[in-house]
Amino acid sequence: MSRTPHEAEEMRPRTLAEKVWDAHVVRTGGAQPDLLYIDLHLLHEVTSPQAFDGLRQAGRKVRRTDLTIATEDHNTPTDNLFTIADPTSRKQIETLRANCEEFGVRIHSLGDDNQGVVHVVGPQLGLTQPGMTVVCGDSHTSTHGAFGSIAFGIGTSEVEHVLATQTLPQAKPKYMAVTVNGSLPEGVSAKDLILKIISITGTGGGKGHIVEYRGQAIEELSMEGRMTVCNMSIEWGAKAGLIAPDERTFAYVQGRPHAPQGEDWDAAVEYWRTLKTDEGAVFDKEIVIDAASLSPFVTWGTNPGQGVELSGNVPDPNDFDDPIQRTTAASALEYMGLEAGTPMREVPVDVVFLGSCTNGRIEDLRTAAEVIKGRRVAEGVTMMVVPGSAKVREQAMAEGLDQVFTEAGADWRFAGCSMCLGMNPDQLTPGQRAASTSNRNFEGRQGKGGRTHLVSPAVAAATAVTGRLASPADL
Amino acid sequence: MDKFTTHTGRVAPLRRSNVDTDQIIPAVYLKRVTKTGFEDGLFAEWREDEQFLLNQEAYKHATILVTGTEFGTGSSREHAVWALKDYGFKAVVAPRFGDIFRGNSLKNGLLTVELPEAAVEELWALAEANPDTEVTVDLVACEVRAGDRAWGFEFDEFLRWRMMEGLDDVALTLRDEDKIAAYESNRDAWRPRTLPAQV
Repeated sequence: MSRTPHEAEEMRPRTLAEKVWDAHVVRTGGAQPDLLYIDLHLLHEVTSPQAFDGLRQAGRKVRRTDLTIATEDHNTPTDNLFTIADPTSRKQIETLRANCEEFGVRIHSLGDDNQGVVHVVGPQLGLTQPGMTVVCGDSHTSTHGAFGSIAFGIGTSEVEHVLATQTLPQAKPKYMAVTVNGSLPEGVSAKDLILKIISITGTGGGKGHIVEYRGQAIEELSMEGRMTVCNMSIEWGAKAGLIAPDERTFAYVQGRPHAPQGEDWDAAVEYWRTLKTDEGAVFDKEIVIDAASLSPFVTWGTNPGQGVELSGNVPDPNDFDDPIQRTTAASALEYMGLEAGTPMREVPVDVVFLGSCTNGRIEDLRTAAEVIKGRRVAEGVTMMVVPGSAKVREQAMAEGLDQVFTEAGADWRFAGCSMCLGMNPDQLTPGQRAASTSNRNFEGRQGKGGRTHLVSPAVAAATAVTGRLASPADL
Repeated sequence: MDKFTTHTGRVAPLRRSNVDTDQIIPAVYLKRVTKTGFEDGLFAEWREDEQFLLNQEAYKHATILVTGTEFGTGSSREHAVWALKDYGFKAVVAPRFGDIFRGNSLKNGLLTVELPEAAVEELWALAEANPDTEVTVDLVACEVRAGDRAWGFEFDEFLRWRMMEGLDDVALTLRDEDKIAAYESNRDAWRPRTLPAQV
């Protein structure tokens, strides 16, 4: 459907996101929103049981099991592969397995080579490709936008809708560009960039928009880095975030288990090359950022927009002009147990978490390992390394990264969402402070009363060594 | 889904902004495989504090939550909506909502209404001055009313109709099953599949 009738008619310049949108419209016009076809539906154990129940009650089946895939990630243990201590977690996973069996859905369960965090598994299997629509009952589905696809998180009612119809009614979004000019300085990563962007826009700045990240710094990012950026689109409220596919994208996809082959590959690449914003296409909004001005970035508060340069200080709530921001900052500092004016580099941590769909890919583990190699995790600090998938874990072990981490005193775990959301036993205890490569520093997210600073993998590793928020340059 | 036309009840004035879905219901409560019974998870951590709004006798029977901006940001968990509903809320009023949360609410008969900050501030003041103040959220007239005060709100016409009729999205979409099938017959053959071809 890459050359749709819509496209033949549409001669006006369009953004990348509009092209992908238009190529998936099943029904448009009239009072109802556009009906979009969904190319790939990812499932996990937490947001799917009630959706399968809905199908059963209505006597419906899964319309396209061949466009659907499940994995176990949110509840899974990371200290072993097979014993799920919490009976409710076990029940949820068993329910997913039973549902997949009953409805004929492919599943990668604990112990399977392809088990892992759903947003790591899709790309690694080559199921995520340019120009697709990808959905999952998980807000970090925006990760897949790194391939030039429209990918977004949905609720359980929508999961049921996609299972039953392979489509979703969607109101037309607005389109925004985030243009990052110049190159990121040495030591500044995709994570630092996206944290900076969110600190500018706030948690609601992207609302209603599909955002295209573009510009030299974005083009220079690896696919892993692009996934990190797109992953956190939801943290500033965007509907989705995407990046135009290029040679780097094609090279990443090529040869993976589900990549097109032979003539199909050529046809696919020919289409994928058209997936870029046309000259003269108009965005509803644009943000321009100068990459050269960036430096390692961390959060100080309880939402991802409350961030500051690592070289900066904990802000003073009184310095915010907006009264809402002022009260939010004050309550965040109280929750975080931080004093205004404290240099971020003086903030001590108890736990370092390296992992998640944001930063649990092989490149993230390599970056952290390079920093920590030959060094030790500081006395009194616990570092947990949780690969994003069983495959990432296997690859890391083949490269000896597990050795690097364990020799430094870090804990080497099995794949899963783990402490990113603390649904399994990997949780902070009340008052514990973490430097985390995950995506949300919400109150209690990583464990009741836990305090989270969002950081890049390099900052996480350096922080583990010094016991205080630090970058590799500080070592 | 339950139909929603109009609701009159008391207000819980939650003076907080950026209430993400992890605050509405922490992840440890998401392990159930049913669609009901989530009321104990609602604002679970805050409710441990005896002074928390919903623990105060005056607000225990509120059915309309009025809260600060960016309510329901973060995780896509529909459990946040189920928890609010199971607890007894019929409507939530805020200056702005997280998109996924808003979509989820309207698919479950929980009305989410966007009113400007000033109106929210007035509603807070009314409910704080007199917790028994009755407020009406009227989807037919697209209006929130309290005594002689009234604030209009905008609402997508299609979503409003669906909510007022209590319609099931899947059934609506399946009316266009022929269009879905037509689209499918035109999809490029090289598009990835998770299983060998089914159709």
